[in-house]
Amino acid sequence: MNKIVNDFSITVGTKNGSGSSTANNTILRSIFKMGIPVSGKNLFPSNIQGLPTWYTIRVNKDGFVARREEHDIVIALNPDSFARDLASVRTGGAFFYADDIKQPVTRADIAAYPMPVKTIVKADANIPAEYRDLVSNMVYVGVLAQLINMDMEKVLAALTFHFKGKQKPIDMNFGAVKAGAEWAKANLEKKDPFYLEPMHKTDGLIMADGNTAAALGTIFGGVQFVGWYPITPATSIAEGLNEYLPQLRKREDGKHTYAVVQAEDELAALGMCVGAGWAGLRAMTSTSGPGVSLMTEFAGLAYYAEIPVVIWNVQRIGPSTGLPTRTTQGDLTFTHFIGHGDSTSIMMLPGDVYECFEFGWKALDVAERIQTPVFVMSDLDMGMNQWMSKPFEYPDTPMDRGKVFTEKELEEIKGNWGRYLDVDGDGIGYRTFPGNKHPMSSYFTRGTGHDPYAKYSEESSVYIENMQRLTRKQETAKQYVPAPVFHNTKGATVGIIAYGSTEAAILEAQYQLEKEHGIKSDFMRIRATPFTKEVDKFLAKYDQIFVVEMNRDGQMNQILLTEYPQFAANFKSVAYGDGLPASAKWVREGILAKYKKPAAKKAVSKKTAPAKKVAQKKAATKSKAKKK
Amino acid sequence: MTEALPMAGGHAANPNINAAGLTKNDYRGAPSTLCLGCGHNSIANQIIAALYETSTVPEHIVKFSGIGCSSKSPTYFLNRSFGFNGLHGRMPSVATGALFADHTLKGIGVSGDGDSASIGMGQFKHVMRRNVNMVYIVENNGVYGLTKGQLSATAEKGLRLKKQGENPYLPIDICMEALTSNATFVARSFAGNAKQVKELLKAALAHDGIAVLDIISPCVTFNDQENAFHSYKWAKDHEEPLHEISYIAPRNEIVLEREMVEGEIREVKMHDESTIVLKNLEKGYDPTDRHEALRIMEDARQNNWLITGLLYVETDKPNLISQYNLVDTPLNRLTEADLRPDRSMIDKVNALMF
Repeated sequence: MNKIVNDFSITVGTKNGSGSSTANNTILRSIFKMGIPVSGKNLFPSNIQGLPTWYTIRVNKDGFVARREEHDIVIALNPDSFARDLASVRTGGAFFYADDIKQPVTRADIAAYPMPVKTIVKADANIPAEYRDLVSNMVYVGVLAQLINMDMEKVLAALTFHFKGKQKPIDMNFGAVKAGAEWAKANLEKKDPFYLEPMHKTDGLIMADGNTAAALGTIFGGVQFVGWYPITPATSIAEGLNEYLPQLRKREDGKHTYAVVQAEDELAALGMCVGAGWAGLRAMTSTSGPGVSLMTEFAGLAYYAEIPVVIWNVQRIGPSTGLPTRTTQGDLTFTHFIGHGDSTSIMMLPGDVYECFEFGWKALDVAERIQTPVFVMSDLDMGMNQWMSKPFEYPDTPMDRGKVFTEKELEEIKGNWGRYLDVDGDGIGYRTFPGNKHPMSSYFTRGTGHDPYAKYSEESSVYIENMQRLTRKQETAKQYVPAPVFHNTKGATVGIIAYGSTEAAILEAQYQLEKEHGIKSDFMRIRATPFTKEVDKFLAKYDQIFVVEMNRDGQMNQILLTEYPQFAANFKSVAYGDGLPASAKWVREGILAKYKKPAAKKAVSKKTAPAKKVAQKKAATKSKAKKK
Repeated sequence: MTEALPMAGGHAANPNINAAGLTKNDYRGAPSTLCLGCGHNSIANQIIAALYETSTVPEHIVKFSGIGCSSKSPTYFLNRSFGFNGLHGRMPSVATGALFADHTLKGIGVSGDGDSASIGMGQFKHVMRRNVNMVYIVENNGVYGLTKGQLSATAEKGLRLKKQGENPYLPIDICMEALTSNATFVARSFAGNAKQVKELLKAALAHDGIAVLDIISPCVTFNDQENAFHSYKWAKDHEEPLHEISYIAPRNEIVLEREMVEGEIREVKMHDESTIVLKNLEKGYDPTDRHEALRIMEDARQNNWLITGLLYVETDKPNLISQYNLVDTPLNRLTEADLRPDRSMIDKVNALMF
């Protein structure tokens, strides 16, 4: 049997609420500390206790850590999902199961290992009876560790981190891991091909979840006001703020430079942030789709009243009792046009945990610069799962507080100003904040009906001018939002566009498409709307552009079609959303299903390419003329 | 725009200039666009008078409102104050967030019975329990004016309106709702009783925390039937003042503005050291007794009284912001040096991760 080293998946099937997350995180972190690229994804139901839940780990020496659909190693601890778990193991795979589950193991094409999980825990006198169930999860960590050569020192390091150095739980849990490993050593014969071998590919990296990163980044962005309401999967952003604000913004006098308020609902959460943002505070809220639905009216008002505020949307499937613990990129078009009347929002699209940190502070800058709501679109996979990441970096630019007049500036201009006067031609006026003591500082804020001096007006011409200025602001925003990142291949013939948490799956699919199908691609990961000039350039290069995303309707594709009708024929939507994190398999298959082989020979198509472009341009001009 | 507005704090020997160095004109707003005779206009005038007489600096006040006739009125007073006309029923959340920006500011919110008792009931109740430092005025007329005459949640059962027919539901009592949500200052008045409105406003401004003023403000256009609860005639006939009230500014040594008539006098000390003096018409009504306040409201309901005056006050509860232990500098004057953690902190943060 050929060894398979550092290239496999591990799936653990347990019951929700059984305390297996410590065990699963320990496996993940141990492998990470062994220097092997790894990811872990919790695929859990909306339930506190009892329903089946899975944790899937991808180990890959080449760094492809998207979710893998093939199950190489399966660990079954839940009688309710036992049959399904057993059936899911790929031929030649390994199946570890708790031997108290009395169900038949009917497959001969896999290596099956019974584990006397409960017996081993009972035998350990150091584990009090009330902890047995929790600690029993550690036994499978030990058995697995023994069979795949997981480094016990790294397991200890993972447990030490998890229990924050508290010796008693560390000893108890590590004892159970060792007991499992010793039992396996004495009783199991290795029959599967999967092994871990130490590498150095994670040296210098950290492991974190996107929500914690978002909270930390927001703190480095100098957040001053947070209004929020609990919702899965966004809650841990607010909890992260509560945990880290006191540590990172500690002052000698013990006083606070921030306030975090748990609101009565999402309407109030954003309402408070809008009030705070209006009055000059760096304000943010975090929520998920159902919360954004409730925030819609305030988001629309903030767009028209030009109030900076940052809204994190950790996307999940919904509404109501939908699939609230499943990941998606389903709120894109909703957010793009959020609010009634004409409106276009700014969205920032972090692609990994590092960018969750970076966009945490950057979004506050963009919001205050453009004076508008900024939506940061994360998702459950990025927000709640542990990802490998570059260490977070200190902001490389000073805070951008945007255009503000204090008493001093107002004195200099003798109080001659208008809140919505476009003196700089970029669509953005100057703000003043309540508390400003200059007698000309104040203005009255309302929705759409105001003139450049914030005076009430329902005049058509005033309304039109205001709307045009708002459009200019959107143009200005392009200079301030993050540009896309590119993963290009020499000789690429097609383009791939994606955003957010799907990057790992796309990179792997890109590799497979080239290696197995000879399709060379350039991949652009969009990081914000409005689209920057880099996007314009990319789109002009390919006649096949695959827009890959985790939803049903191809929402990014819809936005691209609206913004770039001239390329409409080139966009091919590859949209798929089943609630699970993206896998290379569906990306690859999705692209192949829509891929069209170039009709002509390479040499010819190259020559004709410029001519073709001209023809397209002509056609576009023609159709324009026709319309007129 | 003029450039010649006087800074607050100026001095002049003009008797029309108050201690803040301002004239009454400095407290005015744009001309009202509400109906002639609307109770809301009278309330706006009393807000102007109360602020002028207490020498409040306009820049010290921030105005908030929701949507409706009442919510339009913040433009009719205090041109020199910042104002935010927000969403229907959502004024409390905007005020809550905004007031965090500068803890020295006082909020004045103007809402209506539709805005607070229907669409905004949730936020109304929660702004009470948070004890946000603002005066919360409900201009209560039992009817939706701006949409031309629909029944509101404070309209009495059996009220008939032209296009709505008869109201089948029991009304919501703003003061009762405020009190059961732990409001720290609850008062009711009647727009036609200008003196009482003004004195209650002064007391509310001095209160450190949420101060609810439910002001019955008849709608002359859509709900002024003689028998209707929110009409001038009915209110005048059924008004049952709890006490006469006089507000005494802090540092003012003279206790009474005018001679009081006989009866028990009770002083209530406000948080800013000012005092309100209540002259009880009822047998020793004590507005610091929550139990008594609930009883008197229930009595009024059963007897069809419009009970006016300061129903309840509690001066020792900390306001929302004071519970947050904020720095002395207003938050909206902090800079990057105060807000962004030091460069060395990034290593600490990375070390906290696995």
